[in-house]
Amino acid sequence: MNTDTRHTRLLIGLGVAVALLLGKIFSLQILDGRYKEDADRNSTIYEIIYPTRGVIYDREGRILVGNKVAYDIMVNPREVTAFDTLALATVLDVAPDFIRSKMDEYHRNRRKIGYQSVTMLKQVPAGTYNKFAELQYKFPGFKGQVRSIRDYPFDAGGNLLGYVSEVNQSYIDRHPGEYRSGDYAGMTGIEAAREKDLRGEKGYHIFLRNSKNQIEQPFKDGEMDQEAVPGHDIVTTIDAPLQQYGQELMQNKVGSIVAIEPSTGEILALVSSPGVHVDQLADIGKYWEEIAQNPYKPMYNRAVQASYPPGSVFKLVNGLIGLEDGVLHPSDLHSCAHGYSFGAGHKLGCHGHKSPINMEESIMMSCNAYYCYVLKDILDNRKYGGVDAGLDHWHEMVESFGFGRKLGSDFPAELSGGIPSSKTYNRAYGKGRWNSTTVISLSIGQGEILATPMHLANLCATIANRGYYYIPHIVKASEGVDIAPKYQEKQYTKVSMEHFPKVVKGMWRAVNSGAGMGGTAWIAHIDGLDVCGKTGTAQNPRGADNSVFICFAPMDNPRIAIAAYVENGGFGATYAAPMASLMVEKYLKGEVSRTDLEKRMKEANLMSRVKKD
Amino acid sequence: MVGGNTHERGLRQSVDWRLVGVYLLLVLIGWVNIYASIHSAEPSSIFDWEVRSGKQFVWMLTAFGLGGLILFAIPTRLWEGAAVPLYLVVLLLLVIVIFVSKDVKGSHSWFEFGPVKFQPAEISKITTSLLLASVMSRQGYKLTRLKDFLLTVLTIGLPMLVIIAESETGSALVYVGFIFVLYREGFSGWWLGLIGLVILLFITTLTLSPYTSILILIGVLTVCNAFTGPRKEFWPRIAAGGGVVFVMAFVPWIWGMLQESVQAHLDWQAAVAWVPRAGETGRYLWGWLLKVKPLYLLLGIGFPALPFLGFHAFRHRDGFLGLSIAAFVIGVALVFSTDFIFDNVLQDHQRSRIEVLLGMKEDPAGVGYNVNQSKIAIGSGGLLGKGFLNGTQTTFGFVPEQSTDFIFCTVGEEWGFLGCLVVILLYVSLIVRLVLDAERCRTAFTRIYGYCVASCVFMHLFINVGMTIGLMPVIGIPLPLLSYGGSSLWAFTVLIFIFIALYRQEKKYF
Repeated sequence: MNTDTRHTRLLIGLGVAVALLLGKIFSLQILDGRYKEDADRNSTIYEIIYPTRGVIYDREGRILVGNKVAYDIMVNPREVTAFDTLALATVLDVAPDFIRSKMDEYHRNRRKIGYQSVTMLKQVPAGTYNKFAELQYKFPGFKGQVRSIRDYPFDAGGNLLGYVSEVNQSYIDRHPGEYRSGDYAGMTGIEAAREKDLRGEKGYHIFLRNSKNQIEQPFKDGEMDQEAVPGHDIVTTIDAPLQQYGQELMQNKVGSIVAIEPSTGEILALVSSPGVHVDQLADIGKYWEEIAQNPYKPMYNRAVQASYPPGSVFKLVNGLIGLEDGVLHPSDLHSCAHGYSFGAGHKLGCHGHKSPINMEESIMMSCNAYYCYVLKDILDNRKYGGVDAGLDHWHEMVESFGFGRKLGSDFPAELSGGIPSSKTYNRAYGKGRWNSTTVISLSIGQGEILATPMHLANLCATIANRGYYYIPHIVKASEGVDIAPKYQEKQYTKVSMEHFPKVVKGMWRAVNSGAGMGGTAWIAHIDGLDVCGKTGTAQNPRGADNSVFICFAPMDNPRIAIAAYVENGGFGATYAAPMASLMVEKYLKGEVSRTDLEKRMKEANLMSRVKKD
Repeated sequence: MVGGNTHERGLRQSVDWRLVGVYLLLVLIGWVNIYASIHSAEPSSIFDWEVRSGKQFVWMLTAFGLGGLILFAIPTRLWEGAAVPLYLVVLLLLVIVIFVSKDVKGSHSWFEFGPVKFQPAEISKITTSLLLASVMSRQGYKLTRLKDFLLTVLTIGLPMLVIIAESETGSALVYVGFIFVLYREGFSGWWLGLIGLVILLFITTLTLSPYTSILILIGVLTVCNAFTGPRKEFWPRIAAGGGVVFVMAFVPWIWGMLQESVQAHLDWQAAVAWVPRAGETGRYLWGWLLKVKPLYLLLGIGFPALPFLGFHAFRHRDGFLGLSIAAFVIGVALVFSTDFIFDNVLQDHQRSRIEVLLGMKEDPAGVGYNVNQSKIAIGSGGLLGKGFLNGTQTTFGFVPEQSTDFIFCTVGEEWGFLGCLVVILLYVSLIVRLVLDAERCRTAFTRIYGYCVASCVFMHLFINVGMTIGLMPVIGIPLPLLSYGGSSLWAFTVLIFIFIALYRQEKKYF
């Protein structure tokens, strides 16, 4: 055996393999400069510069949400030397024990914190910060960091605007790669809906550090630093004074007012009561407990999230469908003997008014019996050959008004309400075991119909436009901020436009017939404005009836369509109609002449009627 | 000899102190670098029991004790005598651990007794080496005899298979190193070359193309044939094979151009209505031409040539040419099955590691993260390094597993190229010393065992350092004597000191 050559060959092989390793190491360490740069990158430290958040304007350019400067007091525990705790506490206006407990906490978590700076005190006002800045040299390791926080010139908007707070871990996880702890983000309302526009881009300064993590100098003289990009401003469709006025009217009542500009679908006011005051928004952390424990749920945006039976305002929809289907003609007369009788001894009651009446009068006087006949004619229309198909046809027509589904507004957390179909009743009663009289309460907007105040305002805008609507939205297109094209497209209902003027006439007469003529909404009359409206009184299983009203004005070229919904407010004409009317006057005339009415509305307190959860 | 016929030599002469010295140096270098690798913003003493450097110190002391025990207390006869039972016990442990261990990153290879963890795969290197030495040193053993060959393969293969079943493919790879021992003991060098060729083809097929792989195969076979054939046929053979490779290298390019012009012609025919269309057959032929890949062309020319070559081999009694033809056929089959093996046989993490290694996937944040960070750490060291405890990559924990599998990063970053050179040369001297000592041995058992130890150290060195600098895929095996960890340090101490003890025994009496 040639063992001598074999072990030599193996050693030569070892030599080759080792030469391969050393060659590669040589090229990594000596020849290739790339890895040195990479190592630099690893030993640089990024100091984040926070951008200022975009400002939120109302439709006239008034600032709804602005920014003001506050300071966070940061501390780098490793740089702290012995200091006068009492002096620091005095300067920062906190208890000495607070500082002691914080320092203890940092000591306990020293491994976790390492060389990072942590926030000791958040949002210190400028005055306090200036005092601290003068004496900062006495407290090594402590420094102030500028933070811009939200500022609210109007007490308007509340939970419509939403609040901004520091992101928590689950928020960071839900938005991978976008946030780091210490960042702020909009959590509700417009702040959340337009977070991507408002937040801006963070910038950074880069510093070099050595292996002891001491910062040595700016990296490449700051050449690579990135300035923060401020967030885009958002122009909303809100009219700040109108919004504020609506909130004042709704104080001490539970409910909602939604105002829309019919010609654009822009939301002028979106009041949900009780709401959150802006000073609570500014310091949400402090008020969070209080808000969360309030039994009336102020964070709950009733305008888009509360589903109510619409009551008599829904008669308008049934009337329009009847007209479209040809089962109702404006001149059709129906009699009403204090209600509509069906089956053996059943009766759907009505209030006293003249009889028989035609369609216009039925709207004006809000006759229940009239719409029982209308709905029965729609559902039992031979064309569909059965109540199942009839109801599904009705469902399809109703849905074309935006009911029973999310309207698709740019407002987060909008809910869809609900419109029944044949499936609903087949499930409840069994197939073939119900008929048009079973579901007769649909005629007057009761029963299984649920709609949000936004749906009702949208219905009002649709009628004001005589047959179409724009999807209600709250953000206007402005520089750097686009809105979806769908907000500029007309949405037609399945009822031809020719039928709408007949309904509008009835709504005009409901308001403008003068007291004593049977019009249900005479209280909403405003001289010279041609308000058209429809009252509703929706049954509320949890107490007194809900007061509902929709109206638009003026009759020709309407500029505002409004829906008011006051829980446990009684008749539509009692609270909802006056409030909506006052809103119209405020918006179209700039000021309100009916000061007595205004005072009565503002001072009314219905909270005791509302059942708490 | 001055002392005449002394039966026993003293400690000074009998123990290979240079080997012990290199061993001690490597362990100390390891300890210092483990301290540096865990050295954080908050320094602690190197002896601090709370941290890894302190623990390693304890492991070191116990390892030295273990080494002393083997060198002075345990009778060396034991190793050869107990090779079979030791081997079987460890094999049993290897199997048991699969069922009782917890899942650590997909592998089932650790025994845990409270705070103590150990990997039987580490000890298995020792027992396999012992049994291999024992089997191969037996009277009348011939590697060329089928029975002996199978026994040898079984000795190496059994623990290897079980370790693969534990999903510790990296540790199993170390056993491939035993092929060097077989080579030293008479195993044909062509097998060694063949294994190398298989690995080469596997890699080129994945990274380049099957076509290139087959050209490389032809080239390698040509050169081998030229060297083994008669002297006067050297240049003709080189010219024939080289010519084929040279011409075929241009074929894909020419073929591509041809196909393009055919396609252009067909497009033109289709677009311009008045040109008489090609007939049915013509169209078929054209279409077929477009489908033929250069690879088929290559095989179409290659395989008809095989019978002629075969006839030539038969007539001239050229056995090697015949083997080459077989190798070519097998090689082509391998090239075609590479994709299949890669996609179906390898596990996901192995596949992705190979992909990153071969540059098929750029993935600095995923699988490539370790390698990338480790290359940065080593690369940033430069010629002289950043100095002890000054590594920034190290201090901030950019490199994962830095005190264990990636300890070489710390060496590279803080001690630079010179540090790497010193460490690698220490390993080389360890291996060379082992080989030379083994060659000097008179008993086959000690010699073969020495080669086993050298092979193990070499495989660990090459795979581990290769991994940190991006030459090898990320295979989690420790750098012998340097990496943190008691189980690894103990295993290599025992492995090396058994050889030192066996060698001392030789020197004592001869």
